[in-house]
Amino acid sequence: MATRHDTAAPPVKEGGAAPGRPPAEAAQAEARRRDRLSRRWQRDIRWSPYAFVSPFFLLFLAFGLFPLVYTGWASLHQVEMTAPTDMTWVGLRNYTRIFDDEFFWNAAKNTLTIGIISTVPQLLMAMGLAHILNYRLRASTFYRVAMLAPYATSIAAASLVFVLLFGRDYGMINWALHFVGIDAIDWQNDKWPSQIAVSTIIIWRWTGYNALIYLAAMQAIPQDLYESAALDGANRWQQFFHVTLPSLRPTILFTVVVSTIGASQVFGEPLLFDANKGASGGAEHQFQTLGLYLYEQGWVNQHLGRASAIAWTMFLILIVVGIVNYVISRRLRASS
Amino acid sequence: MRARTRTARRAVVLAAVASLGAGLLAGCADDGGDDASDGSSSGSGKGKTTITLGLFGTFGFKEAGLYAEYEKLHPNIKIEENVTERNENYYPALVNHLTTNSGLMDVQAIEVGNIAEVVATQAAKFVDVSKISGVDKSNWLDWKWAQATAKDGSTIGLGTDVGPMAICYRKDLYEAAGLPTDRAEVAKLWTGDWNKFVQAGEQYKKKAKAGTFFMDSPGGLLNAILGSEKEKFYDSSGNIIYKSNPAVKTAFDLTAKAAEEGLVQSQTQFQPTWEQTIANSKFATIACPPWMLGTIKGKAKPEDAGKWDVATAPKSANWGGSFLAVPKSGKHVKEAEALITWLTAPEQQTKLFKVQGNFPSAPSTYTSPEVTGAKNEMTGDSPIGTIFAEAAKTAPVQVIGPKDQIIQQGLSDNGVFLVTKGKSAKEAWETATKTIDNNLDK
Repeated sequence: MATRHDTAAPPVKEGGAAPGRPPAEAAQAEARRRDRLSRRWQRDIRWSPYAFVSPFFLLFLAFGLFPLVYTGWASLHQVEMTAPTDMTWVGLRNYTRIFDDEFFWNAAKNTLTIGIISTVPQLLMAMGLAHILNYRLRASTFYRVAMLAPYATSIAAASLVFVLLFGRDYGMINWALHFVGIDAIDWQNDKWPSQIAVSTIIIWRWTGYNALIYLAAMQAIPQDLYESAALDGANRWQQFFHVTLPSLRPTILFTVVVSTIGASQVFGEPLLFDANKGASGGAEHQFQTLGLYLYEQGWVNQHLGRASAIAWTMFLILIVVGIVNYVISRRLRASS
Repeated sequence: MRARTRTARRAVVLAAVASLGAGLLAGCADDGGDDASDGSSSGSGKGKTTITLGLFGTFGFKEAGLYAEYEKLHPNIKIEENVTERNENYYPALVNHLTTNSGLMDVQAIEVGNIAEVVATQAAKFVDVSKISGVDKSNWLDWKWAQATAKDGSTIGLGTDVGPMAICYRKDLYEAAGLPTDRAEVAKLWTGDWNKFVQAGEQYKKKAKAGTFFMDSPGGLLNAILGSEKEKFYDSSGNIIYKSNPAVKTAFDLTAKAAEEGLVQSQTQFQPTWEQTIANSKFATIACPPWMLGTIKGKAKPEDAGKWDVATAPKSANWGGSFLAVPKSGKHVKEAEALITWLTAPEQQTKLFKVQGNFPSAPSTYTSPEVTGAKNEMTGDSPIGTIFAEAAKTAPVQVIGPKDQIIQQGLSDNGVFLVTKGKSAKEAWETATKTIDNNLDK
């Protein structure tokens, strides 16, 4: 800093040079100095922003891109976690065998069904909650904070509670069902009950989060729209369908995209819901998601190569899902 | 223009200050690291060598006061343990540290379920404990020593404890079902044959108290039967034989039969429901290594004290037990060697048994009054020490393989368990083998 004080000094005026020096030479020196400075400034302005953003990109290189590339490399090898440097080239074998890996497709199917039975009710409920909260309510701040509480709770803690609630023999849900004459349901070991139970944890966690997003968007809708709708004789329901929903379209698209991505990566809930503390997603893999299958291959069975191939396949599936989402949303936007 | 440059310059200064600050912080962190690892800097650990132990679950060394005792005997040593709650989390991290040769403690514990894999793939990373002066191989049960020994003859870990298996049963439930309650007579029901054990279950079921089950889980029964086989999933030359080994198929079918007949409850061990069922006194029988007594004591209601008893298993078996190993890359290899030699010596194993119930792997202790006179609250005055010692001495030298855990879990959780859900034994076997083969396939 100290060395560059001079750059802040006002430019020297004609004849204002230091005494004892011929004016021409001084002007030349001055011009050279300004030239040099401006070059330095230019370099500063040109490169400094890169320096400022570099921490992100360096971190991204180290923790984002490198693992991605390395995983891709590992997926072309047979490599075990017990000896990660001992790689045997197998080409695309890890990928080709995914095609007839029934466990992979079973996991893909489960991911899809759990995704649907968790996302659809979740967003509908979030919309309903947001609509209610949009009315003038007493202690509305309390309700808004309360809705975010599940989201702030750790999945581990929540899942443990849900495991107890969904217990077959001593669980509270079966106990309640018993009073309405429904026999004990084996929430962990039957296919649909287990998927519903896992979805319940997801719904519980994310509904409030989505409701707040909807609420924020609802509050941005101009009040006059409702007023004129009311003048036209629209009731609350008609207002909701003809004013609120159309105005929320971009927000709904956003939550659908985010929820789809979230649903395709579901991992913690089914892992912790599994009674066996393993990653097989139940005795018959009935709620094993792709994320869980990836974890099982990599960490339980220690097959890093296979796990990497699954990770890359999931990545490619996600890209396809993203493109489909994009196309649909463009269509919707064009039609509106 | 000027304003922008000035901001830029300010940012440069800020960045410089920040990076300087980060450097200083990093410096501090480095100092902290040194402090923890060799304890040579100022503070209470002045001049002391700190030995770190990587453990999982509860080993009980600290609880039994062994660290304090050792530190007293060796004033220049300080012991620090680093405990991971579950072996499922501890083991992958250990493998990771071993393969990258970083982050290792001076002493690392290894569970018996993982010892074969460590011996087969990582033996070169560990000190050969048989070469440590003062280590006497004859102190350990032969089979315990053999489990940690690699093909080239080097031994990678010293045994801490073993899990000789017996059968725990509820006297009141047996009585209600018209079975004998005296432990010698109970043992006579099934001596030498697991088939007879299942027959005892059939007998139990005929007059059983409503809502109770002869045994807790298909996984527990299968585990118990397989534990008494010399060869289960691997043959002695290391080939996977689980599908062709008649002993495995017999054990599977016998367990499936028991499940079909409703002798075992449809449960998985150590999950909350299983624990609640113990508390509700619905299990009449549980295959029981010494540490299982601790589990029962922890889960059962206090008024059930004395209602349990322990009988000899149909065939001797072992379930559980750990090893202490010293990675060669550790900072204090010599000190760590001395420490594990002392910690696993017969005297210390006895102390551990007294406080924690971990059963010694040193047969010389089996005649000591501490072991023979041991009692457990849940099982009243049963001579658990002698029963378990006998099982430990007669347990087979089992061939254990690197992927035993994966195969075992597949057979029980993806196999016999399904029979309790109405699948046939054949379907269950197919699901299990398909799952296992997929999991073994590299």
